[in-house]
Parts: sequence; C-alpha cells; structure tokens
Amino acid sequence: MKYYDKLVFELSRKGRKGYSLPANRFPSSPAIPETLLRAEAPALPEVSEPDVVRHYTNLSQMNFGVDTGFYPLGSCTMKYNPKVNEDVAALPGFSGLHPLMHAGLTKGALKVYQEMDKALAAITGMEAFTFDPCAGAHGELTGLMIMREYHRHRGDTARTKVIVPDSAHGTNPASAAVCGLEVVEVKSLANGRVDVEALKPLLDGTVAGMMMTNPNTLGLFETQIREIAALVHEAGGLMYYDGANMNPLMGVVRPGDMGFDIMHLNLHKTFSTPHGGGGPGAGPVGVAAHLVDCLPDIRVSGFHGNFGVILRAYAYILMLGRDHLKEVGQYSVLGANYIKESLKDLYKLPIEGVCKHEFVFDGLVNDGAHDDVPGATTLDVAKRLLDFGFHAPTIYFPLLFHQAIMVEPTETESKETLDAFIEVMRKIALEAAEDPAILHDAPHSTPVRRPDETLAARTPVLKYKDAQ
Amino acid sequence: MAGFPYFPHTDKDIEAMLQRVGVSSLDELYADVPKGFLKRGKYALPESMSESEVREWLGQLADMNPKMKVFVGAGAYDHYTPSVIPYITSRSEFLTAYTPYQSEISQGTLRYIFEYQSMICELTGMDISNASLYDGPTAAAEAMKMAVACTKKKTRVLLSRGLFPHVLKVVETYARFHGVEIGYVPVMGGQTCPNCLRAELAKGDVAGVIVPSINRYGIIEDHSGFAEAIHAEKALLVEYCDPSALAVLKTPAEWGADIAVGDAQPLGIPLCYGGPYIGFMGVRKEYMRKMPGRIVGQTVDRDGKRAYVLTLQAREQHIRREKATSNICSNESLMALWVTVYLSLMGPEGLREVNRLSCDGAHYLHDELLKTGCFEEVFPGKPFLKEFVLKPKEFPGLMQQRLERAGFFAALDTEEGYVSFCVTEKRTKAEIDELVKRVKEG
Repeated sequence: MKYYDKLVFELSRKGRKGYSLPANRFPSSPAIPETLLRAEAPALPEVSEPDVVRHYTNLSQMNFGVDTGFYPLGSCTMKYNPKVNEDVAALPGFSGLHPLMHAGLTKGALKVYQEMDKALAAITGMEAFTFDPCAGAHGELTGLMIMREYHRHRGDTARTKVIVPDSAHGTNPASAAVCGLEVVEVKSLANGRVDVEALKPLLDGTVAGMMMTNPNTLGLFETQIREIAALVHEAGGLMYYDGANMNPLMGVVRPGDMGFDIMHLNLHKTFSTPHGGGGPGAGPVGVAAHLVDCLPDIRVSGFHGNFGVILRAYAYILMLGRDHLKEVGQYSVLGANYIKESLKDLYKLPIEGVCKHEFVFDGLVNDGAHDDVPGATTLDVAKRLLDFGFHAPTIYFPLLFHQAIMVEPTETESKETLDAFIEVMRKIALEAAEDPAILHDAPHSTPVRRPDETLAARTPVLKYKDAQ
Repeated sequence: MAGFPYFPHTDKDIEAMLQRVGVSSLDELYADVPKGFLKRGKYALPESMSESEVREWLGQLADMNPKMKVFVGAGAYDHYTPSVIPYITSRSEFLTAYTPYQSEISQGTLRYIFEYQSMICELTGMDISNASLYDGPTAAAEAMKMAVACTKKKTRVLLSRGLFPHVLKVVETYARFHGVEIGYVPVMGGQTCPNCLRAELAKGDVAGVIVPSINRYGIIEDHSGFAEAIHAEKALLVEYCDPSALAVLKTPAEWGADIAVGDAQPLGIPLCYGGPYIGFMGVRKEYMRKMPGRIVGQTVDRDGKRAYVLTLQAREQHIRREKATSNICSNESLMALWVTVYLSLMGPEGLREVNRLSCDGAHYLHDELLKTGCFEEVFPGKPFLKEFVLKPKEFPGLMQQRLERAGFFAALDTEEGYVSFCVTEKRTKAEIDELVKRVKEG
C-alpha cells in the first residue's frame, strides 16, 4: 500500500466540472424569495471526472478488505462477499423502485421479502421476520421494542429491566438504554458461561427479558441455555437472541429451538453481504408465533429497510440452498479451532475446550507484564500483523480479559491461509520474546504508522475547513 | 463432499484440521451442544442453485416490477446517478472492508468519511458532522434523543405536522420507548405555524423542536423567528432537510438550528425500494460530545504524516455501553462514499444546476396541470422547489391508474386528499407533456 496524501478539496480549481446534465428546456420558474436562499454557495470541490476517479482509486489503495486478504476480526464474520450478489442487487428492475409504489408495481420485490421471510424462518426456527432494521444494533432495539410491546399487550407494565451478560456486545446494553430499559448485568463463570446461580436472584416481576448470544462472545456454547431459557420464561420474561454469532450455528442449531422468542440476524455477517467500511447492513428481526401480533405498531426505519442488502442475502441463500447450509457452520468452527490449537502454546488461552466460530486469547504468554522478561501487548501484536498483510483480530474485547485477542476466521478461508496466519502469529510471538522493539514500533510497512489518537481527541479536526 | 465455490476445503484439508483439533468428525465439534438442540434432517429451504440459475431467477423477479417514470418524491427522490459512482463504490477495497478500527490500513475509508463530514458541514452550515446514520427518519429520532440529552430533565419534543408521515412514524416509535413525550405543531397555510409553535413552547418542558426545511406539501418553509422563540425556552431547533436542496436554500445554520438532519439519498443514491439510504447529522460544536455515531478526525502519525482516525469514541456503545449517546454501530459508510463521490462530481455549480432543472421542470408541470382544469391549487403562491401538491377534481385512484398504464408513477395521494408530484432533472419536457395529456384523458 502506498501513501497518498490528498483530500478531494485540495484538487479543486475554480471552473472545473465533473458533471453532465441535460440542457434546460423549461421556461424559467419564478424566483424563490431571497429570505429563503443561502447567502453563499457551499464550498464543495470543483474537479473533473478523471480527477475524481483517480483520487478515489488512490484512496481505495490505502484500504484493506476481505478481497485483499485474511480479515479475522472477531464478532464481525468477515466472510467472502460473493460477486453475483452485487450484480443482482444492481438490476434496474430493483434499483429503480420507488419505496411508495403499491403492491401492483412491486410484485418482484415483495416476492423477495416473502421468500426471505420463509428462508430465515426455516434457518432460525422463528415464525416471522420484520426487515425494517438497517443493522444489528438497530435489530436489537427493534427486538427490545417488541419485548416491551408484548408485556404491554398483557397489561404488565412493571417489567422495565433487561438482563445482559457481562460478556455481551456493547450494543446490547446500549440498545436497552435507547429502548428505555434498565440494564442488569449477570456475571460469567470462570468457564466463560453465564452463571446460572447468579442469574436466579435477578429474576423477578420487573424483568422484561434477557439478551444473549450463543455461542457467546468468547466463542463458547452456552451449555446451560435450556435451564436459562426455562428460568427466564418461568419468571415471565422473554429470551432475546443477538444474532451476531449465528454463523457457527448455520445448518446445525436453530435459536428458536433453544428457547429464544425474539432474535435479529446480521445479514452483513452471516449472510455474506459486504460490510462496506461500516454499513450498510441489515438486521431483520424474527419472532416466535406468540409475538407476531406485536410487530405492526413498530416502525424503525423510513420505508422497507435496506432492500438492496436483503436482495444480496437472498442470492446467497439461494446459492447455498439446503445442501450447503451446514458447511457454513461446520467449517467456520473447524477453522477457529484449528487456529486456536495451533497457537495456544504461545498465546494465553484462558478457557480450554472446543470453541465455536471464534475464540479469545488473553494476550501473549510473553506479554511484557514482567520487567525481567521481554514481551509485547495485544496492541503490539495487532499492529505487527498488519506488516505481514493480515488484518488484525478484534482486540480488547470482550472486556473479561485485559489483553483479549478475538479471532474469527470464517468458513471461506483455505487451510493455506490459516497456516500462513498461524506461522506469522508464531513468528510474532518469538519476536516479542527476542526483540520486542520490532512490535512496539509496528506497523512498519503501512501507509501511515500508529496515528496520534490523543491529539485527534484533544484537538478535534473534523472537517476540511478546520484543517486549513 | 460435492464442493462449493465459496468453501476452499478439500477432504484432505478437513482431515488434517480435525486431527490438529483432536476430534474425529465435523459433528464432534458440536459435542457440547445438548443433543435435543441439534437439528435433524434437512432445512425447509430450496435446493442449491448455480450462479446462472440465481441470476435467471432474480432477473425474472426484477422483471415483475414494471419500469416506471417516477414523478413522486415524498422522501425518496429520483435524481441521476453518475456512472462514476458505482464504479468507485464497487471497488472491493472499499466494499469489503469493515469499520476502520485499524487506521493504518483503513486510510481510504477514513479519508472519504472525513471528506463526507466536510461536505455535510458545507451543505448544512453546521460545525460538525458524524460519519452517517441509517436513514433520514432515524436521524430525526436520534436528534430527538439528543435534544433530550442536551437539555436535561426536559422530556417533550415538538414535531411539525409538516414533516413527512414516514418521518413522524419513526420518531414517534422511538419516542414511545425512550420515554419522550411528543407534541405537535400544526401546519397553517402550507407552513409550520409560528404562533402555534409559540403556544406549544409556552406549555413548557420542551427539549427540542423538529421542523422541515421543505415540508410534506413541497413548500419551502420560512423559519424566521423560530430559533429565537425556541432558544428562549432553552430548547434545541432541529431542521429536517433535503441536502440536495441545501445547495441553494437557506442553511439550517442560517436559520439558527442546533441540529440538522435528513436523508442524503437525493445526493445520487438510487431509489432501490427505500434502502440502503443514509441519514446525515450536523450539529453546533457545543453538542459535539452528545452526538451519536462514528466521527473521523485528522491527526498525524508517528512520522508526522497526516493521518485520519475514528475519534471521540468515548461517546460510543463499545466504550460506554448503556451510557453511550446511541446504540449505533454499523451505519451506512458505503453510502457516505456514494454521496462524497456524487458531491465531488457535481460541485457547487452542478448541484445548483440540478436544483434549477428540477425547479423549472416542477413549475412547468404544476402550471400545465392547472391549465387542464382537473385540479385546484391548495397553497397558491407558496414557494416550492421540485415537489408540490394539488387537489384533484376527480378520484385520485382513477387518475393514478390512467397514469400507470402510460408508465408514470405519479399523483401520489396524501392523507388530506391531495395528490403530490415531483420532478427531478431526469424528467424531460416530453415526458411531462405526455403525463399532462394522460391526465386530461380523464
């Protein structure tokens, strides 16, 4: 990757244009009153079309994507994004549809929603889905709204709390707060699973439900899920499934069968749609039969959700079909365990045993925590990985371990890729022991090297005009 | 095993990997799952299709949606998408990356978000923009929450009835669950009523007021005096706007707004049945730390080179959990690139020209429709840009059907019994003349 140091504003020259518009064949419309007009034109760049193309092509070359290389970012399921998905989503018969067109003009689009509803119901064991949420966290919020609606329909307004494990994704408690629910944290056991004994005293008539992901953020299957669901249901609460970790269960286990009442799926994780540098995603929410009536009053996005993303996921499901669904789950689990077993002598594995699609190391064995033995931190390991052409895993999450490194390889990576990653991770561990300065100074070969984040936060420069 | 194009595993690979893991079969990887939970038998899904079959089937579904000339806006606008945009946004370095957590190998994403923020600030006149929100209505809902968070202890937010129905519905949904009480400011004579606003403010407890820059009738609103009245009550003014129109219209900052929100879909994003679109938000700098979503900032790297990073993250869910300003994580980053490339191509002149063409075309249609004698004016003399409503003398459904048969999606009926029309730079004079002819056939 080469460093390219331009902003599009810096390419601007007065009088240049990058657009082509039809000639105006209309009579002039009456002038808009002066009081309603802006004083000065916005200072947008004035650049030619080739300037624009070259600028953004250069910017793209400072970026790393799944198509560039291995992207084992835990909890994000950075699997391969099939290209046929892009082609079908761009069909003019879909991209030209106005969202307010009635059913007679959108039969094909509605068929996509119906087929997706059936497919996701079959995959998850839920009864019906809403496709309005635009991302995973948006799905969580929608699901919690449904949870509150359910209790309200029953006239039970005392349920204002939601239980969230201490290992949960940050979006879980944040979504609960946006939904007006109070968050109650339940501790994990030393084996990384929810402490059922600690859960019991939390369950009373004020609990609306519990949010869980299974496998949890440590990549471990919550083996007591049956007991947990029974306890929560007995106390009158509902079980919410955070679908961020659905990938390993594809074709093997259905959340609906585990006792979950509401769930979301991240179509941009499990169903192969591209992450786009941080969206657009889609977070459809599924509910069990007894909650279908709670869906209609809830409107969380302008129209019908991110249809373009839903289309891509539909193409993926059609490709997989019932024949290849199980391979998604199985290969994602196989890859994660293979890496874990190949590195656990050099990286601290806090909890032994078979993981699911991801696992968490608690830093290097030589973590630099003791002055007499050289070593390096998780941040150093992550930065050094960039020098070898790998994206770093998720780091410092979950919060249960101080030096967390969370690795999720996904099912679309070959054994050769995993072997190359393992080899580099082992090399880095040796470097940490022998010459940790290499790690502290990493990355060495990227377009920029460890930006000063403190400066960025202390003296915010958030737009071009601030920078001038 | 039959093999599948997205899975590189050979039988030999699987065997070697299982051996390293110390289990004898793929099924054994799930030995910790209680037996009753393992799905037996095939899933109720169709058989796997080949790529050509997928294309064929989805092509058939796409063809079931007739191609229409769109003369409706109402929150989603059929502006032209220059060819450059999909070429750039489909570059897989952008498309297949995720949130730029590792800034050293994400400078491409970070730079275009910084450019996007700069452009949103230019259009709105606000000090600070975030990296994007889901869509316009959710951006308005975030603004509602933010107004409550910024004003402490106040729990009411006022919404103009001039906002589009889909915006109202989403804000109302969020408000209901977030514990925010909603009040309404009616529209009188085609504009959010200033006297009613003052009366609602006088009732007290108002944290913020959301008003449309262009309302559901297409009228450009005059918000003179709004900011003063609202700030006198220590509440926040939120302007809901069409960012394309902001190239010519008075900016939220010029109206004295504290927050500007809206949907940036009109900036070259295809209609695509309602999404993906992109919500934008610009705020005054004193509200920087209350803002939802990602923000990119400029800094330097170890060697003093200009570099960009995600910043002010102490606001966000992955740090603050239930105390975060919002639960948003994934947003609409690729659509921000879409908008940034669009605005780079159009520049101030191109955007002004888009507004000129749309405005002239809409007024031409408006005047020609009135000449048919089939409509009455609803808000005579009120200024509009590309969208307007009229009161039809015949039943709207019949007119719509006639237009549909001729390939026009137009004359969308409103709750009040009006029909609305919208003209963008994509609509030609010949199309408009044809549409008017079909109207007359009634």
